[in-house]
Amino acid sequence: MSMRAPVSDLPLKFAEAQIAVRGVTILDAITLAIAAGSPTILIGPNGSGKTTLLRAAMGLIPLTSGRITWGGRETATPERCAIMFQRPAMLRRSAEGNIRYALSAGIPRAKRKERAAELLALVGLDKLGHRPARRLSGGEQQRLALARALARDPAVLFLDEPTASLDPHATKAIEDIIRAVSARGVKVVMSTHDLGQAKRLGGEIALLHRGRLIETAPVDRFFARPRTEEARKFIAGELLV
Amino acid sequence: MTGDASALQLVLSGDPGLFAIVRLSLLVSLSAVLFAALLGVPLGALLALTRFRSREAVIVVLNALMGLPPVVVGLAIFLLLSRSGPLGSLGLLFTPQAMVIAQTALVAPIIAALTRQTIEDLWVEYQDELAAMNIGPMRRVMTLIWDARFSLVTALLAGFGRAAAEVGAIIIVGGNIDGFTRTMTTAIALETSKGDLPLAIGLGMVLIVIVIVINALAWGIRRAGERYAG
Repeated sequence: MSMRAPVSDLPLKFAEAQIAVRGVTILDAITLAIAAGSPTILIGPNGSGKTTLLRAAMGLIPLTSGRITWGGRETATPERCAIMFQRPAMLRRSAEGNIRYALSAGIPRAKRKERAAELLALVGLDKLGHRPARRLSGGEQQRLALARALARDPAVLFLDEPTASLDPHATKAIEDIIRAVSARGVKVVMSTHDLGQAKRLGGEIALLHRGRLIETAPVDRFFARPRTEEARKFIAGELLV
Repeated sequence: MTGDASALQLVLSGDPGLFAIVRLSLLVSLSAVLFAALLGVPLGALLALTRFRSREAVIVVLNALMGLPPVVVGLAIFLLLSRSGPLGSLGLLFTPQAMVIAQTALVAPIIAALTRQTIEDLWVEYQDELAAMNIGPMRRVMTLIWDARFSLVTALLAGFGRAAAEVGAIIIVGGNIDGFTRTMTTAIALETSKGDLPLAIGLGMVLIVIVIVINALAWGIRRAGERYAG
């Protein structure tokens, strides 16, 4: 996989971003800047708006009000963005077929095969390329979904709870890949409600609660000196309701 | 000799008259399924993926068309193809082609309605992934049809079942002409009314065997597909 060029589409900025569905506010006036560099981790309890924020960034959900800008421009989500959903849908094809599908149609067939093999090896599925994707285990499917997202050669990679419901071994495999991808210059923006994972992977932390952005801070400072009551409670393992 | 024994003898002896009827029946029904699939699969996919004002009404009508009475379809095609009808000049009435047209009209709504349901279910599953991959509308349709291909075999089977068992429409537009438009179902109806039970039973046996064999083949294709694609 090639090194990313400097990311001209970043920073990704949300300005007073609001999403309401049938009168229910899901994102409440979020103002947040996501710059190039180490992973940005969205944390917060279930229903805090993490998934909606990622989907909005990918252009899959329109804002009710407010703005999203990429590199200072109010444009559609750039081509070189990819997302891995919490429960990714596996196309009814082989594992390799899933990756080849996601590879740009402009890539010659022979090159596509080579790239697919490269990506399968990156996520440790090189021996399972011919297996139907839907027959893979949960952890293998997550890794395949990650490889499929990487097939789009993203400069920005959104990951929605990439290790939810995985065992520690499978979680470590995914985290290793995320670290490797991030080290190659891909901007990772991911959600998790696993504080340990946020500490292990995070560069910048953004805490959301009930659709609002509560606090953002570099990972060390966030855990050492939280500024808000919600952040203190969340770190202490108290229930945020 | 009992009717059953004579029927079996007729089948085993390779009676040329009987096999001409079987051949024509298969030709008509399989052609109708082919044409109905060419119409019904894209129509069903389109209906699954587009949103317009009276879409739900169209779906209700399409589902209702699955139960179209064959004699009514036969009558409509008869009126279309009869000498004084709008397509009378084509001279198709009482030909195998007319029977294919009638059965296509019966089978297409079944294939379209089942395709619509299959594609719509798959679309719910794939929607986010394909949107996130920036897949254009045309490629989306092709992807969904391709990935649903093994499930769509069931829709084709349902269509074939309808065509193979159908008698009302083809007897009206085909005329049940011996050696020309006589199929298994129309022959069974005729021979039963004439009291020639061995031929009727023999044809019935062949018809059931054909339906079982085609279903078994489709089942095999589906299972192989599941092993290959999951």
